[in-house]
This record gives sequence, structure tokens and C-alpha cells, in this order.
Amino acid sequence: MRNFLIRKVIASIVTLYAIVTANFVIFRMAPGDPIRMMFRDPRVSAEQLAEQTEKFGLSGSLWDQYLAYMGNLLQGDLGLSFWQKRPVIDVIAERIPQTLMLVLTALALAVLIGTFFGALAGWKSGKKTDSIILSTSLTLYSIPSFAMGIVLLMVFAYILTIFPLGGIRTPASGFTGIRSVLDVLWHMILPAFSIILWYVGEYILLTRSSMLDVLGQDYILTARAKGLRERLIRKRHALRNALLPVITITGVNLGFAVAGIIEAETVFSWPGVGRLIYDAVLKRDYPLLQGVFLVFAAAIILANFVIDLIYSFVDPRIRVGE
Amino acid sequence: MAETGLLKTTDTQKKKTREFFQLLLGHGMGKTGIIIIIIFLVMAFFSPLLWTNDPYKSGEAKDILVKPSAEFWLGTDDMGKDVWSQVVYGARVSIMIGFIAAVITVVTGAFVGIVAGFFGGKLEEGLMRIVDFFMMLPILPLMIVLAAVLGPSIWNIVFVISVVSWPTTARVVRSQVLSLKERPFIEAARCIGAPNKRIMFREILPNVVPLLFAQSILMITETIYAESVLSFLGLGDASKISWGQMLHFAFESGAMSNSPWWVIPPILSIVLLIVSFSFLGTAVSDVLTPGYKEKRGY
Repeated sequence: MRNFLIRKVIASIVTLYAIVTANFVIFRMAPGDPIRMMFRDPRVSAEQLAEQTEKFGLSGSLWDQYLAYMGNLLQGDLGLSFWQKRPVIDVIAERIPQTLMLVLTALALAVLIGTFFGALAGWKSGKKTDSIILSTSLTLYSIPSFAMGIVLLMVFAYILTIFPLGGIRTPASGFTGIRSVLDVLWHMILPAFSIILWYVGEYILLTRSSMLDVLGQDYILTARAKGLRERLIRKRHALRNALLPVITITGVNLGFAVAGIIEAETVFSWPGVGRLIYDAVLKRDYPLLQGVFLVFAAAIILANFVIDLIYSFVDPRIRVGE
Repeated sequence: MAETGLLKTTDTQKKKTREFFQLLLGHGMGKTGIIIIIIFLVMAFFSPLLWTNDPYKSGEAKDILVKPSAEFWLGTDDMGKDVWSQVVYGARVSIMIGFIAAVITVVTGAFVGIVAGFFGGKLEEGLMRIVDFFMMLPILPLMIVLAAVLGPSIWNIVFVISVVSWPTTARVVRSQVLSLKERPFIEAARCIGAPNKRIMFREILPNVVPLLFAQSILMITETIYAESVLSFLGLGDASKISWGQMLHFAFESGAMSNSPWWVIPPILSIVLLIVSFSFLGTAVSDVLTPGYKEKRGY
């Protein structure tokens, strides 16, 4: 177990280091070098410019710049946002709670709904129920979150006017206590749904194919031969084992899942990190863009590490080595 | 499809290919997907004949945000440009970017996968490390960063999508090659002294063609999606209309509240095209699963 842990920690650190370095390279080597762009950006004052040049070693060689960048990063300094004229790290930090709230709610609901229907479809494989669930989930999975979001926005916010147009709170409402919590939840429903519908499709497909694998295993045959009731086999023997790969693939897919957050937050002006990446693009705020990318990458590595840990508890076979 | 390149099997190969397409058309999802895709391809190919107004021409003040009418089939946008013509023209750009990026992705992925799987050892380990690294990255943010730094142009979008997408193909091709490598016909080729290059591209490659076909469909689905998201986020080429870009302008001008005719056609096009490609993809992988033919009673 200890070796397993150490190996995972080292792998995570190496990946993170590679991402951080790649991030440096992308932003320095590109034709529209953002550092040079900073010198022309009217939003940056001469004073700030001098300070940033000093701090990031911009007058030195590329190697000096790299060292300065790494040194600053270790101290949590991601530079200055052109647009907000504040440290990038502060701009991002205040957006993180809202994104976590949205994504964790959406993910939890999607896993619950998705594994339920996926297991059902796998169990009824080849029957009418299966093909209906399969084509529905394939369709849901193929609809980009931003398209789903725009449709939900038009129908429920503009036409039916039962949900707000966007944001996280009713402006100037002065709600306090439980009313303000309910207000936030009310704002969260549409963006959460545009992500959930996308994730659900994926979880159904995953659980279904995993269920099909498990149903072909010998231990299912043994359970049947023992004369166990079908419901028991499905719950105790099939579903539990079918959920194992779903856990791993959740980790692998996080790199793709981030897309849903960016799209939904953009459409519904949800003040999270995803909307921030859109604003950074529109405002041509490169330090902010770079920072948001790093935060997403680090979050995925961390989440994968946690998922590996969970997995090693759920399935002891994995600890023995690959 | 072909078991060996040493024996000439073109006839059986042709027969198998024909059978494959027959099975595909007999598959409910496959048929639906193919029909819709063909409609869009026709639309993209003949778009100059189909558009009723110049999609790039801004209208006069009276033509701004006009409801659908005989002159403007799907109305106009806030610049007075005809929505129908833009949708038809957008089919061209969206499909073209998707196809080119998918081809680059699959060719690169296949090459890396075959080389890694065939040679093994340090080379394989190194290549697969790179693949794993890419698969850990947040894909969309990476594409956004690259597209923003490189600047908006169609070719940058194609490049960005390809750079990020090839590892998935490389990984599946490699695992297929690993199992092919152990098969007798490869050993036979080695025995008669065939050079590595020949074994890789004349013996192994034909055997991964079905996989590459399935992978291409999957990749087209993903690249069309990626293009639409990047354009929706405002990273598209401003001089080329695509569906994602139409939505970007519609979204920025708040068209959802007052001009649904400008919003719904591009959304519907994106969704229909992506859904039909995923239907086709599912059908292809079903048909390629061993035992499918027997199960369907052929």
C-alpha cells in the first residue's frame, strides 16, 4: 500500500511539472507572445510593467525567465491580470467555490441517475428497454452542453420565465439566511441541468458496457447455478462489480468533463472558473488564461489521485501492482 | 478485413467490404446516421446553389433582425445577414474543419500507434508516456489556450484540434497492433525476410483499417464538436462563418430573448450532425464486433 501511494504521488508530481513547463513553453514560443503583448497593452501601467518585468525576469534570457516563472509559481504567484489589474491568483481563487458547488452537484446527480439507467440497460440487454435507453443516452451525450444550455435558457428563462436568465443571485434582492440559499439553488438549476444531461449520457453508456462485461463472468454463472434470485444477483453480484470500472473511467474522463463546466458557466454567466476562461479569451487577458488552465490541470491531477486512492480501497487487487 | 497481404485477397476483401456496408445499412442507428449525414454533405457541397442571399453581406437598416419571410427563409441577424444562407455556408466550414482535423488526427494516431506497438521497448514506452500525458490534460482548456495564443484562423483551429486529439487513436491502435504482432502471418512475413517497413504498412496496417474506420467516425464527431465549442467561445475565424460562430454572435447580442430564428437553426444543425455521427459510430462498432453477423441471422 505504501509503495502504491508513493508511486502515485511521484507520478502526479511529474505530470504536474510537465504541465507547468508546457504552459511556460506555449506562452513564450507562440507567435503572439503574450509577454511582448503586455508591453503594448494600454491596460498595464508603466509602474506595473516595471514590477512584472523585474519579478518575472523578463529582461533576462529565456532560461532566467523559466526559473523566475517556476519560483513565482511555487509562491503561488501567477502574475497580474491585465483586465482586472489584480493578481491572477486572487481573481481565480474567488471563483473556485462556485465552480465546485456546481460541478459536484451535477456530477453526483449524474452518477446516480446514470448508473441506475446504465445498469438497467445492461441487465435488459438486447430488449426494448435497452435500445430506448441506449439511443436516448447516445443522443444526450452527443448534445454539447452549450447547445443544451442555450435551449434550456430560451425555453425556461425567456419563454416560460420560471428560472432566472443567469448569474448566481438575484441582484439587489437583499435576501438573507435560508432565502439567499434558496435563491442560489434556484439560479443553479438550469446550468446544473445542462451539465447533468451531458454527463448522464456518458455514465449510462459506461455502466451499461461494464454491466455487460460483468454479466459474462463466471461468478454470475455460479450465482445463477446456486439458484439465487435474479434481483439478488443483479444487486449483490453484478452491479457492485460493474461499478468498479466506472470509478476509474470517471478519473480518466475528467479531462473531457471540464468542457461541460466551461460551456454551462459561459451560457448562464455563472461566476465560476469556467466563465472566467471565457472572459479571459474575450478580454485577451493572457496571464489570466494561463492561470485558469493551470488550475484546471492541477484540479484534474488531484482528482485523479483521489480517485486512485478510492479505487485501491474498493478493489484491493489494484494495490498488488500492475 | 484482409487476413494477409502475402496472398492476394482483393476479391474476398471487396466482398467483405460490401457485406460490411450492407450490415451497416441494416442497422437502425447506422441508417438514420448515414441519411442525415448525406443531407448535410449535400448541403455543404452545393451550398453556393442553395443560399438565397450572400451570407457575408450585411443588410440595410430595414433588414436587421427580420422574421422568417419569403425573402429571408430563416430571417436575418443583427447585421441584416440572411440566416438560412449562413447555415448552409456554415455546413461547409463546420464539416470541412471536422473532416480535415479528423484525418490528421487518425493518420498521426495510427502512425504513432503502429510504430509504438511494433517496435516496443524504450520507443514504445516514451511514446505512450506522451500519450498518457495528453490524456491527463483538460482538453477544452488546452485547446482554448492554444487557439487564443495562435490567433483566430481556420488552420489554427484544425491544428489545435489535431494536436490535442491524436493520442486516443494512438492508444487503441497500439493495443490492436500488440495482439496482431503475435499472429502467425507476421511471423511468416519475418521468415521470408520482409523489412520492418513492409511488415508495418503492408501487413499490419490493412488489418487495423476497420479499427481506423471506426476511430475516424468517432474523431469526426469530436472534431465537429470541438470546432463548434471553440467558435462559440469566440475563438473562431471571423472571416469564415461556422455554426458555432453564428451562435457566438447570437449569444453575445442576446438573440435568445427576441430572435429565436437566428439561434435555433445553427443549434439544430450542430446537434443533428453530431448525433448522427455518434449513431453511425455506434453502428460501426456494433457491426465490427465479432459475431454480430451471426446474431442478426445472416
